[in-house]
Amino acid sequence: MASHSESIIREPLITGENITYAQITDDVLRPVENTPTKAWWIGFTVASLGALLWVVAVSYTFWFGIGAWGLNKTVGWAWDITGFVWWVGIGHAGTLISAVLLLFRQNWRNSINRSAEAMTIFAVICAATYIVAHMGRPWMAVYSLPLPNQYGSLWVNFNSPLIWDVFAISTYFSVSLVFWYTGLLPDIATIRDRAKGVKQKIYSVLSFGWTGSVKTWQRFETVSLILAGISTPLVLSVHTIVSMDFATSLEPGWHTTIFPPYFVAGAIFSGFAMVQTLLLVARKVLGLENYITMFHIESMNKIIILTGSIVGVAYLTEFFIAWYSGVEYEQYAFINRATGPYWWAYWSMMSCNVISPQLFWVKKWRTSIPFSWVLSIVVNIGMWFERFVIIVTSLHRDYIPSSWAMFYPTWVEVSIFIGSIGVFFTLFLLFIRVLPSVAMAEVKLLLKGSSEQAKKKVLAGGHVDAEQAQFYKESLEKFDSVEMADYAKI
Amino acid sequence: MSTTKFILGLFEDPDEMMDGIHKLQQSSVPIYDVYTPMPIHGIEAKLGVKDSRLGYAAFMFGCTGGTVAFSMLYYMMVADWSHNIGGKPHFAIPDFVPITFEWTVLFTAFGMVATFLFATHLFPGRTPRVMDLRATNDRFIIAIDAKGNTPHEDITKILKEAGAVEIKHNDRKYVSYE
Repeated sequence: MASHSESIIREPLITGENITYAQITDDVLRPVENTPTKAWWIGFTVASLGALLWVVAVSYTFWFGIGAWGLNKTVGWAWDITGFVWWVGIGHAGTLISAVLLLFRQNWRNSINRSAEAMTIFAVICAATYIVAHMGRPWMAVYSLPLPNQYGSLWVNFNSPLIWDVFAISTYFSVSLVFWYTGLLPDIATIRDRAKGVKQKIYSVLSFGWTGSVKTWQRFETVSLILAGISTPLVLSVHTIVSMDFATSLEPGWHTTIFPPYFVAGAIFSGFAMVQTLLLVARKVLGLENYITMFHIESMNKIIILTGSIVGVAYLTEFFIAWYSGVEYEQYAFINRATGPYWWAYWSMMSCNVISPQLFWVKKWRTSIPFSWVLSIVVNIGMWFERFVIIVTSLHRDYIPSSWAMFYPTWVEVSIFIGSIGVFFTLFLLFIRVLPSVAMAEVKLLLKGSSEQAKKKVLAGGHVDAEQAQFYKESLEKFDSVEMADYAKI
Repeated sequence: MSTTKFILGLFEDPDEMMDGIHKLQQSSVPIYDVYTPMPIHGIEAKLGVKDSRLGYAAFMFGCTGGTVAFSMLYYMMVADWSHNIGGKPHFAIPDFVPITFEWTVLFTAFGMVATFLFATHLFPGRTPRVMDLRATNDRFIIAIDAKGNTPHEDITKILKEAGAVEIKHNDRKYVSYE
């Protein structure tokens, strides 16, 4: 029931005084129901210029072919697949927050899942554009589907991980979209019932006629739980299959069994970093400090430490196994990564991904907003370099020294990459303008039991173990949205 | 005769609303439906709403997806045109696992959500049958069909006692049609 009072030693998930159900609606819908702020327009202008750059660079690629890129006979995959894997990885955090944390009953996910899922969808869109762009002849994309044809039918080779990837990414995208939209229905209905005129009509269509009756909610909860249950193995399978694109080849540096878990951990690592990058800004600009609190930020930073450490261990294991395998090509691939011509990429990856997340062990740093924000960007730079190192340094020097070559990107590749970030932010900014960026119905569930005001009432009522009360008050000190002076007298 | 079609008890607090349901049930007043801005746990048991069978539907869709995918792979890779790929077996079951899994998930998700929308009569463009516009915002609403034989004043009194902040006697069932 809504009134379950939880243990006092748990940190509150909603801070602030006199928060009511109506207040939650008002706060969350402020950007949707009002004209955009100047900050939004500035952000949107910059982002859409980036998106325009993407359109120009991709059109150029399609017009002239992928010869416009810096690829050569030896390095046939570079920034394109680096960008693809980077974006898919970023997408994983959204599903992790919405599905895995739901199964684990982590209630703090309720206020961040909506925007993280939106991020997943936009990141997968960016990734998919890379797949289409790197084909050079995008109309050939249809040949990756097992459609009857005049050659026999000659079917696609289902033994190839690249074909598995087509199925995995398309399933992942469409299931994420369904999960996200189902969750949006009650919140769209809220906008509909407050809107007037054309806006009301549009949101009415989008709300599918949601009413919030008992049966609807009951089915909704069943659907959410089962979608979470199937999305959890799905998200693990997606990056596992992405890693198999590499791991099932015979390329030194790629042909390793550690890839699936290592890629999945890296994906969650970079995804959470991107969630931090977005939400630390969004909570300030949208005034959502009471819903996305320091507890949320700190929890995400803890996940960054965990996954960053898994990635770090994986890097070291890879290095050890290359030596231990006794395969000279494998050994050279790793020595070449660390000391060869791309040493700077390798050491950027190492310092951004292995060293920097360890700084979050210091409580003062992981509860500092500017520090968390900067570090989240550092992590994403590191994760980009990780994919670059894996892809390019393995390819550029493999078995035959006579075909060794270097890879340098052209302006087209750089523009596609910067442009894809523009596409991502354009979509995200549009999203926060037209749809609720916080799952209102789910946050309302937390109000009676897990909010600061509810806990304050419990404290004020006495009957709380003094030691636990003290512990709780101390845990509030890190919050930037809690008025500590109020607690002096309780 | 009264023109009231529906009596709505609007509550600010979900627990008071649950109390209201309890009191109405004690007085044998049948409840038409309850509209809330968030899911209320335990309400189904109280109102005697049966468990959702969507889980079974989801399972069947999953089985369908897995079967379709595996059959398709078998047909294409083994039955229709088996290629010699490095002398390896055509019927390479481990290679069929990823796509079989993906389609199991895909069919489960789409099938279950479609069933949910169909069973709940939700589709784009459906006119929302809303009794009170604040039911999706901050009011927890018990709706009672006024045609019952209980005097309306008694129902009003019960709702008020339970802590309803507002009680509406509506002449129309749905306000959203206006």
